[in-house]
Amino acid sequence: MNIWLVFLLGGLLTYATRLSMIFLLGRIEIPEQLQRALRFVPPAVLTALIIPELVMPSGALMISLENFRLIAGIAAVLAAWWSRNTIITILAGMAALVLLNWLL
Amino acid sequence: MKPSLRAFLDGIQAQLPLLIGVLPFGMIYGALALNAGLSRAAAQGMSSIVFAGSAQFITTQLIRDAVPGLIIVLTIVVVNLRHMLYSASIAPYLRKLPMRWKALLAYLLTDEAYATVITHYEEQQTPFSHWYFLGAGLIMWLSWQVSTGIGVFLGTEIPAGWSLDFFIPLVFIALVMPTLKDQPSISAALSAGLVAVLAYTLPYKLGLVAAALVGILVGAWLEGRK
Repeated sequence: MNIWLVFLLGGLLTYATRLSMIFLLGRIEIPEQLQRALRFVPPAVLTALIIPELVMPSGALMISLENFRLIAGIAAVLAAWWSRNTIITILAGMAALVLLNWLL
Repeated sequence: MKPSLRAFLDGIQAQLPLLIGVLPFGMIYGALALNAGLSRAAAQGMSSIVFAGSAQFITTQLIRDAVPGLIIVLTIVVVNLRHMLYSASIAPYLRKLPMRWKALLAYLLTDEAYATVITHYEEQQTPFSHWYFLGAGLIMWLSWQVSTGIGVFLGTEIPAGWSLDFFIPLVFIALVMPTLKDQPSISAALSAGLVAVLAYTLPYKLGLVAAALVGILVGAWLEGRK
């Protein structure tokens, strides 16, 4: 298959996944219970993206004080909880990571 | 300033910290794509047509391994299945928009844009929120095209020690915090995080899909019990 055809089909189908529910909502009946469950998508997806980055920085589980990304991540969680501010959260996490890398 | 422009600029601004993590990612993709034997035009074309980082990295690998085209297309679809969840989650907020807006915003619905925009909708939705989505989505799109271009033409020379990729989980941490408002949502998050680690070795980002589904089920179940 021509490489451009692969991109075109892959791109069209990717677009279809993105448009799917945006297009269908209002056209098909979506059960009430399912709609209410959707509020759990952001906490579930975001946490599922975050946790592996922190506890398995090189692909294998590493829960120890030598895992600087985990410690920096915990610093960022505390900063986010305390400040509710994106910039402060990033600064806390990056500062912790840079400091640990530099000191140890 | 017109409120639509204000919202558009706010969307761009909210997306900026994520771009620091996205730019090196795009550059690495561009360099890897060339390395896998793609032409410059094809490497750049994939970024515009498919516009999905993880799927593009995997596609590059499959092209290098000379995997048949149909299998590559199927793989792209499976890797991007999670976008249906984003689509479902954001759909209620776009419900009243004209079809041309829905069609445009859907094209821009990446992981990073979703994270920023859904938080905006849940926390501070306005009648101009679609402009916010457009701003966040477009700047994300532009960064992906430019960083691919840099990777394609210059190769990548970012020292690994800079840890720029760490910006992305940090921004996600800031974004997830306000969504943890009650016990069901906290449980949804924790169970999704646990499954994400347990299912990490599943191919095609299916671990992420499994984690999201388990988290949603746990949240819905706990809420239903109340």
